[in-house]
Amino acid sequence: MSRPESGAGTTVLTGAEIVWATLEGEGVREVFGYPGGAILPIYDALRKFPIRHVLVRHEQGAAHMADGYARASGRVGVCMATSGPGATNLVTGIATAMLDSVPIVCITGQVSSKVLGSDAFQEVDITGITLPITKHNFLVTRAEDIAPAIRQAFQIATCGRPGPVLIDITKDAQQSTASFEFAAAAPCAARPHPMLRADSSSIREAIALIHSAERPIVLAGHGITQSGAEAQVIAFAESQQIPVASTLLGLGSFPAAHPLNLGMMGMHGESWVNHAIQEADLLLAFGMRFDDRVTGNLAHYAQNAKKIHVEIDPSEINKNVRVDVALIGDLRGVLDTLLPLLPKRTDTGWLRKINASKGTAAVRDIINLPDNGHLYAAHVIHDIWREAQAAGREQDTIIVTDVGQHQMWEAQYFKHETPRSLVTSGGLGTMGFALPAAIGAKTACPHKDVWVIAGDGGFQMTAAELSTVVQEKLAINIAIINNGYLGMVRQWQETFYEKNYSASPILSPDFVKLAEAHGIAGAHIAKRKDVTLAVTKARTSGQPFLFNFQVEKEDGVYPMIAPGAALHEMVHRPERDPLLETAEDE
Amino acid sequence: MLHTFVALVEDKPGVLTRVASLFRRLNINIVSLTVGESERPDTSRMTIVCDAHEHAAHRIRASLYKLETTVHVDEVDRSAAVVRELCLMKIAVGPDSPNGSHSRSQIFELANVFRARVVDLAPESIMLEMTGSSSKIEGLVQVITESGYTILEVSRTGRMAMRRGHHTSRVLSALGSRPKADGNGDNHGSKLDFHDNLGDEILPNEFENVHEEEI
Ligand SMILES: Cc1ncc(C[n+]2csc(CCOP(=O)(O)OP(=O)(O)O)c2C)c(N)n1
Ligand SMILES: [Mg+2]
Repeated sequence: MSRPESGAGTTVLTGAEIVWATLEGEGVREVFGYPGGAILPIYDALRKFPIRHVLVRHEQGAAHMADGYARASGRVGVCMATSGPGATNLVTGIATAMLDSVPIVCITGQVSSKVLGSDAFQEVDITGITLPITKHNFLVTRAEDIAPAIRQAFQIATCGRPGPVLIDITKDAQQSTASFEFAAAAPCAARPHPMLRADSSSIREAIALIHSAERPIVLAGHGITQSGAEAQVIAFAESQQIPVASTLLGLGSFPAAHPLNLGMMGMHGESWVNHAIQEADLLLAFGMRFDDRVTGNLAHYAQNAKKIHVEIDPSEINKNVRVDVALIGDLRGVLDTLLPLLPKRTDTGWLRKINASKGTAAVRDIINLPDNGHLYAAHVIHDIWREAQAAGREQDTIIVTDVGQHQMWEAQYFKHETPRSLVTSGGLGTMGFALPAAIGAKTACPHKDVWVIAGDGGFQMTAAELSTVVQEKLAINIAIINNGYLGMVRQWQETFYEKNYSASPILSPDFVKLAEAHGIAGAHIAKRKDVTLAVTKARTSGQPFLFNFQVEKEDGVYPMIAPGAALHEMVHRPERDPLLETAEDE
Repeated sequence: MLHTFVALVEDKPGVLTRVASLFRRLNINIVSLTVGESERPDTSRMTIVCDAHEHAAHRIRASLYKLETTVHVDEVDRSAAVVRELCLMKIAVGPDSPNGSHSRSQIFELANVFRARVVDLAPESIMLEMTGSSSKIEGLVQVITESGYTILEVSRTGRMAMRRGHHTSRVLSALGSRPKADGNGDNHGSKLDFHDNLGDEILPNEFENVHEEEI
């Protein structure tokens, strides 16, 4: 089978071949997808190209896989689906990538251009549907437009603030031919955003604010890793002795063990972090967007603080929080400009004050309590971390979480030292994300240990992808945190709805048997003493492994900020938590 | 308050939807929106008037720039700009009109005062065409109604806006081709940099009294 030339020179190819040739030219080695009538020409041409196709079990999985692939590796993730139901199944995954600014390219088949708009079989207006959840989308009806559209899609997906791009290609465009030359299809250089602005006067203002600040805090967001500015942020924090608080998606962008690291802020953030933000006189927001999960009640948010916002998307400036200085641009570039202009600071009083304020908050932490025979989710997560650390695999572990209580416990009890070591749906909070996203992460990073940490509820949303794990021979470890509830919902019902547990108890299958039915080994674990040993066994098996961790049913995530409450009005773990009766501290 | 944006966008199918959808998503009501060709091939020019919070302008402009099809966005509220609207209006002038057989000549007179033009005469109606600021158009509507005439139909284009003077160079540079003289993008000494010199503006006859009513 001879493959038509791609790269240099012009060749005449079918539209379907052009799709693959262009993807190959963009450096794509793996795509995640599911075939169907309107995309069959593309699938037919696949065999001619050195690209691995991962067959998913539901197109939502394909989008999450592309997303997990991109988050774990920094490369663009690609997914494919047929028209109609295939395309609509992608929607949740696309929205998930949109809200967390993840660069993915989605290719959908579409009915023939001649019948567009006629409600033809499996016709759906997917460019219309995805308009508000993509950074951009294309409807392509001619073979010669395919390569330029795909190349532009890659540029758009990665440029500035990244995001998902969808290309809808009609079947006739896939079937007809056009001359193809990869280089000729290159998009124009991206126009510099006319509103980018980190000019000398704003830099000067920023320097003055930093200079006069006594209680500054860096708010570390997803943008740090998106920009590749981790080293700059460390250098900045160290040079200015400024403590760093992270958003959920910022975890890992600043090393957890760094003396200046405070931990996570926000709704389930550490209490000392939230208090410190309320007390701060300067906030330096680096690639974060003051989401309502991190600010609490805006009217009471960090009222004593001046704010410097370094952000690449101008529409984020003054969206939620009014800032004093906006440095609109790529974080790494801005910090490279800023840092040499700042004299070093040595005063560590503010950091010491914050550390002193931890007080009993840290002591009362469940993790420090003696084993009382019960298994807590926090223990499981903490032990997975400890085990990786002890084995020297800390830098080579990627945790992919689902959404719910276990997600917050992961953020609290797994200490992330490296960027891209946590993959989680923050903005959309998509249950069902973990397993497919982990498949994407493992495909992108086959040499890393990839863990799924999912709730019993969310896991069931996309559990069909277990079959994909087996078909693709991916050694993914799965930890189901089984509390018998849609735990986060139950916790809200406990706190705000008088324990009316409406529709939150959830029945699950025997997950171990389910795994075994797929040919995946599994184990039930209900005692803390069994966790570490089992984790080691799974991690080193070179095979996928599934754990059903039977944890305490009615545990809660603390601290917690009630919706509408201010950041410092956190609710702490109840003094006499019945769960802890057997394990009184002090 | 009302904000007026001039957006240059790629002339492609679906671009209008993207712009309209953006305002819908921001939950902002569009008061008027005009689209047409611009001086550039493949580039349409939109004037969007919307009702939004006083501080919303930055966010709207930045959001418009998030559309890949947007080339340039300008907010023209706080600048010297010419803002115009075209209106077609059909007025009933039958035998039962307030001034009977004199009705037509009275409408002619009113049209003259407002610099509206008669573009159609039918046995029972007159059609006027008028260009001006919104307040001028509303003035004509009011006068005709108060004189007892029945307005059968009104069609208004919505506002179009164009900055006076110096702005052009910035647009050109945004489009990737700036005039030779304008080396550094924001050359305020250049010939294009006039704020109030009407001599530099090419105005068709209809726009005689540009000073008259600016909003
Ligand atoms: C697709 C989707 N549907 C509903 C929700 C609302 N939701 C958030 S957390 C949660 C409960 C998750 O339960 P589980 O997966 O068991 O995790 P746990 O909280 O028990 O750790 C629900 C229903 C959501 N985030 N995503
Ligand atoms: Mg659960």
